[in-house]
Amino acid sequence: MNPLAVLLSLLVFLPGGLMAQQQDRGQKETTASSGIDMYPMESAERQREFYELLNELRCPKCQNQNIADSDAPIASDMREEVYRMMQEGADEDEVVNALVARFGEFVRYKPTFDRRTALLWLLPAIVVLVGLIVVIVIVRRSQRDDDFGPAALSDDERRKADDLLRRESS
Amino acid sequence: MRRFLLFIPVILAIAVGVFLASGLGKDPQELDSALIGKPVPVFELSDLKNPDRALTPEVFQGQVSLLNVWATWCPACRDEHDDLIWLAEEKGIPIIGLNYKDNRDQALEWLQDLGDPYQLTLFDPRGRLGFDLGVYGAPETYIIDQQGIVRFRHVGVVDEKVWEEELQPRIRQYREEG
Repeated sequence: MNPLAVLLSLLVFLPGGLMAQQQDRGQKETTASSGIDMYPMESAERQREFYELLNELRCPKCQNQNIADSDAPIASDMREEVYRMMQEGADEDEVVNALVARFGEFVRYKPTFDRRTALLWLLPAIVVLVGLIVVIVIVRRSQRDDDFGPAALSDDERRKADDLLRRESS
Repeated sequence: MRRFLLFIPVILAIAVGVFLASGLGKDPQELDSALIGKPVPVFELSDLKNPDRALTPEVFQGQVSLLNVWATWCPACRDEHDDLIWLAEEKGIPIIGLNYKDNRDQALEWLQDLGDPYQLTLFDPRGRLGFDLGVYGAPETYIIDQQGIVRFRHVGVVDEKVWEEELQPRIRQYREEG
């Protein structure tokens, strides 16, 4: 087979292969989330929102699990409630707020931005900013040293230095 | 000035250390109730002992009471039961029971065998009120003031130590306020 044909066939088949893989992964995700109970929604979009919510809400009992993963009875109650509210047409915010009103801010894996959480949200940006400033200062300073360095020699000194260098290399 | 800059990492390390040390010894399982300062959620449940009697948040009006969430399937509830009886009988504390996700016959049997510390018991087989209260593990005990406002929640077993350190001072305070 000539190399061009190999390349062409790769170009044709590779994207197909990748897509198949992605589909496979997508299927695995849905089966994993619905493994506990079946919660049919009226549309694929709502179904996606529903699973997104289950993954974003934290179980108050098994504190390091979301309510999709947790087997605690309270997590299953919360799943039921999310499902019930969504069947009644509630949007994601309404569902999250209803659960926060009962169980507290703790159930949000994504905390809201307010005065208490400002530091939490802004710290990464602050750290990056401070890092950038430090880098800029260091670079500036070394540039300034470069400017002053050579100019600090007088003509006489320069000649002497050149002499020394020449002697060294010969 | 330059010397001072050298100490910044040490100061930062100490600050972070103090901040983290303050978190040690806290029980992460103990969450503040989201309902503190709010009225008990609206409910209409039957009386455990009298299925025909409908109970509403009215039952909390006019006294500082404890609301104790329990169930026969909850082993820790058995542990605290004697202490609840002690609170009701020796200290005269009004305790309202919330029988949570349980079976009426079993619950009645439990009260018959172990004694009944409750003024009355709300029967909540589907856990609706429990869910609205944010109950995430029985036993839980709430302090409800004269106006029916949730003031405090204790998650876990109530014993003499919890009574003395957490419940008694608060009940005294809320009684004075009311």
